[in-house]
Amino acid sequence: MKIAVCMKRTPDSESRFKIAASGTAIDETGLKFDMDDFAGYAVEAALQLNEKAGGGETVVYAVGPDNVQETLRKAMSMGVDRAVHLKADAVPVDGIAVAKALAAELKTGGYDLILFGKHAFDSSAGVVGTATAELLGLPCITAASQLSVDGGTGSARRELEGAAEILSFPLPAVVTIDEGVARPRYPSLKGIMAAKKKPMETKPAQLGAARVTIQKMELPPERPAGRIIGEGSAAVPELVKLLQNEAKVL
Amino acid sequence: MANILVFAETRNGEIRKVALEAVTAARKLADATGGGEVHAVLAGPAGIGEKAPLLGTYGADVVLVSESADFARFARESLAATIAERARSGGYRAVVLGFSAQGRDLGPRVAARLDAPIATDVIDLSAAGDTITVKHPAYANKVIMTLVISGSPVVISVRPSAFTAVPAPKAARLDTLVPVAAQGATVTVVDVKEGAKGRPDLGEAAIIVSGGRGLKAPENFKLVEALADAFGNAAVGATRAVTDDGWRPHSDQIGQTGRQVSPDLYVALGISGAIQHLAGMRTSRTIVAINKDKEAPIFKVADYGIVGDVIEILPVLTAAVKAAREGH
Repeated sequence: MKIAVCMKRTPDSESRFKIAASGTAIDETGLKFDMDDFAGYAVEAALQLNEKAGGGETVVYAVGPDNVQETLRKAMSMGVDRAVHLKADAVPVDGIAVAKALAAELKTGGYDLILFGKHAFDSSAGVVGTATAELLGLPCITAASQLSVDGGTGSARRELEGAAEILSFPLPAVVTIDEGVARPRYPSLKGIMAAKKKPMETKPAQLGAARVTIQKMELPPERPAGRIIGEGSAAVPELVKLLQNEAKVL
Repeated sequence: MANILVFAETRNGEIRKVALEAVTAARKLADATGGGEVHAVLAGPAGIGEKAPLLGTYGADVVLVSESADFARFARESLAATIAERARSGGYRAVVLGFSAQGRDLGPRVAARLDAPIATDVIDLSAAGDTITVKHPAYANKVIMTLVISGSPVVISVRPSAFTAVPAPKAARLDTLVPVAAQGATVTVVDVKEGAKGRPDLGEAAIIVSGGRGLKAPENFKLVEALADAFGNAAVGATRAVTDDGWRPHSDQIGQTGRQVSPDLYVALGISGAIQHLAGMRTSRTIVAINKDKEAPIFKVADYGIVGDVIEILPVLTAAVKAAREGH
């Protein structure tokens, strides 16, 4: 199969974040950036699908400044065949603007399957994948927790609140990947060496006009410091009293 | 003065709570953009129109009833086409949905079809002049973004439980909305597997009781279930460590890569409080933690912490909660 994976480079999600002096971005000083977690699941899913199918091509795409090439290179060290860097000064927070750039690029790609993470950690919006599918006129599963392909037909599971959909769809299609599909592999030394020689194409991203912009970024209010009320079962009556009289949840 | 279109999502023939919250958010947006009307799309199988008065109770001026056998399940392409077509022909200022499993899928579809800007997972909104401003938690709830959306129409999906559904009774007018068929290849719903009955969804529950590795064995989750029963209508969650080990289904996972929840009460049992887990529950109103390690990070966010063996404390707590609710 010919599979495309669209990915984003995002900061390590376990970081402590500070707001930059501009007030409209995070302070990137000291942050580690890598392939977004959900994009990692999508890359792994693509590699496994092609391994199972016994061949094919896997191509990664990313929009952003030159530093996204490092992330694209990592995907190639995991086994992806080639990369396309859609160059832009920054990735807009407007998901439709990004989807337009990807759809313009992917429409002539001849892909059987186009995968995305279900959302990226930084913007946490979950727009780009599904919107790209619509712009391409392809069937789309948003946030699949299981995915398989048999011939020209895909099957997926998607979690609803308190239930799950079992879905079937014809290829070509777009699927955005939730956790649960596949844990990403670590690149091998051999993979890292091989990735250096794999092709990386760079071209300008044809972003749509940005109609969603960041006016302000702020940290959420801190929770008041935690309080330990006691030890062992002996503390239970005090806890119940607090839940009734102070928290008023009981 | 422009009107607001809101998608009133249903499942199994019932209007979902998130739909009423979306109506409240749409009402707020209509008032902020000049006092227009709220028109709610109520889509479902034949007979769904009988539920329309409930939407009027929460402030819908018009209920657009769209009945189709396809809408008995989540017919994503047809729903998106129906909503987008109505938004286009009706000249609405905004389309509002819930950021639920359905709304996460429909929002970007409708926005792409309308070539409209979209803001998702919104916790507050306001309007001034030609711009709509929303608050959106990003970086797994670690940063709050204030976003300005320009243009018209716009698509906005609201985080479940962020807006409290407020009754604002209207004698809603009913109208029929003809479903628009999907064009081209579509997704087929082969089956819908309903989860365990009798417990609310994690995103909708007022109380969540959640377990981690400190429970020592999967069978000890029956102690967690018992506490959830004692609280009445509580949901049961779990940490990633526990769902990775297969003790609980993946869909129960609360955390950065799982469900993000903000109940009135979150009870963390045998949970150390890894950053990944805290990202999913730190916005809960009241947090209780029981853990044997008094240095565990969960105690930094817990309003009430008890240090001790969760297996030993749980039955005592369950009995005490039951007694308190029965008024002893």
